[in-house]
Amino acid sequence: MSTDEKQHSEPATHTDGEWVDPGVPYHRPRRSDSDPKAAKRAERQVAALFGISILGTIATLVVYFVQDQTEEVASIRLVNILLGFSLGFAMLGIGIGAIHWARTLMRDHEMVEERHPMRSSDEGRAGAIQNLKDGAEDSGLTTNRRTLLKGSLITAVAIAPLAVLVPQIGSMGGNWNVSAFRHTMWTKGTRLARDPDGALIKAADVTIGSVFHVIPDGLVDLEHHKLEEKAKAVVILIRMDPRDLNIQPGREDWSFDGIIAYSKICTHVGCPVALYEQQTHHLLCPCHQSTFDVANGAKVIFGPAKRPLPQLPIAVDDEGYIFAQSDFHEPIGPSYWDRLKGTSSEPVPGSTKEGDA
Amino acid sequence: MNALARRRYSKSAPVILILALLAALTAVGFAVSGSTAEATTVSASDIEEGEKLFAANCASCHGLDAQGTEGVAPSLVGVGAAAVNFQVGTGRMPMQQSGPQVQEKRPQFNDEQIAQLAAYVASLGEGPAVPTAEMVDPALGNPAVGMEIFRTNCAMCHGSVGGGGALTQGKFAPNLWSTSNTHIYEAMLVGPQSMPVFNDANITPENKRNIIAYLDFQQQGSPGGLKLGTIGPVAEGFWGWLVGLGLIIASTIYVGARAS
Repeated sequence: MSTDEKQHSEPATHTDGEWVDPGVPYHRPRRSDSDPKAAKRAERQVAALFGISILGTIATLVVYFVQDQTEEVASIRLVNILLGFSLGFAMLGIGIGAIHWARTLMRDHEMVEERHPMRSSDEGRAGAIQNLKDGAEDSGLTTNRRTLLKGSLITAVAIAPLAVLVPQIGSMGGNWNVSAFRHTMWTKGTRLARDPDGALIKAADVTIGSVFHVIPDGLVDLEHHKLEEKAKAVVILIRMDPRDLNIQPGREDWSFDGIIAYSKICTHVGCPVALYEQQTHHLLCPCHQSTFDVANGAKVIFGPAKRPLPQLPIAVDDEGYIFAQSDFHEPIGPSYWDRLKGTSSEPVPGSTKEGDA
Repeated sequence: MNALARRRYSKSAPVILILALLAALTAVGFAVSGSTAEATTVSASDIEEGEKLFAANCASCHGLDAQGTEGVAPSLVGVGAAAVNFQVGTGRMPMQQSGPQVQEKRPQFNDEQIAQLAAYVASLGEGPAVPTAEMVDPALGNPAVGMEIFRTNCAMCHGSVGGGGALTQGKFAPNLWSTSNTHIYEAMLVGPQSMPVFNDANITPENKRNIIAYLDFQQQGSPGGLKLGTIGPVAEGFWGWLVGLGLIIASTIYVGARAS
């Protein structure tokens, strides 16, 4: 319960304890309490604030009906600014007005809420326990009576959550096949195509210093799961001076004359790693600044990523087009449970397993 | 025989032949102008003047024969007129001081001198030419297509609307709103500094113009709200936490404080 009008109380005077109750602070009357003019002024201020809100609402409606919005950016901007300001004043006027009213004109008394012990009285506790016992006795749950009722009740309660859970889980998507993460659209012979238009890429087109953002040929024609497949299969294709490129052991035939292809999905949490610095051959992930050294097997040189980007083995066919020799030799993207399950039979060359936890 | 001839040769054949010839010539003309177009015609005296300018202003780093100096400056043989026009036209060259990245500044030469320098460097070896005014005219491009290409190839560094952004160790991708259309085109073509090369096989000349049209469209500004430099989540988060939270704290103090 709150006690009203509790005035400044004398502090407790016992000095033997360590802590002294400071009491309620001294009550300082407001100007609007003592001066009727100030009260009148505060009233006018509150009314003015509500008036601003009214004007803001009217202005919002006027802008909505009167101001034409065309496709031009300038026109959209004008409408947005007008609507934003008028709506802002409409809401702020009510809020600030209400607070100002409460602060200056409503009764100014300290309110004290006494704190009570949380524990109920001993009689209350004993009574509650007795009630539970009586109820259990009455229903026969604790004895051998009414077995049919007990059995049906337990069954009903036990299966009731299924009515909620089964549709929920069922609508989460049918694909529970974790091994889908292990494979991408890349297969032996899939040609590399340009993102977003799907044009095929010839090795001769990839001049030194070039970066191509690559999708597998055929992705643009997919009818289903296009984005899911793209999210796994995107590749960054880079050509550097072959003298700058340190080819990793076991991957001697994975690149072509300085042309090298890596998965674009960061091994940290899966952002697209695409900020390539041509001079340093560093590839930077914009999300958490993981930096990969493309000239040295895309190994991590900075940031939270744990392992190098998976490399896509590429080669060039008779017509000059670049194609994939196979899928990635390890799952792309961030770690997940069972990530390397099934890949141990096919040893991954180079340092791809380094730092795998 | 006469009857046969009349049957075989239609009266309109000469007209069609001439039209076809004209069309073929136009196509060839377009193809030629598309690949090797020079903004201005180059004379031998331009090259000579350019060589003098080069010897006086560039040779101390790039060498008298423009072959470069190991560890200091690259060779300029084969970089083309586009690279010279970009580097000198944006004031990046001649370089004032070394650092993580060569910075843009007021150009040191006038347009004529830049053209002479470009002519000289272009004469050293074949390289990309300066694009014509038509190739960089945003009115001829499609901003919607440009946005798609920009999002795939450029937005990761330069931001979704070309506001620029940070790279590693002090390097950064500059914002593109004050860069001239010709310089944007040339940067794609030659890949200055950290920027990769986007040759005509990767981003076709038409798509380069579409990108320019998309960037030009950004001149119309934002459809509303503070842009905060459009450099991404860092600036926006800073404002959200510092300004937004600050306002909330200030208003709680106002609500809780006693009136005088």
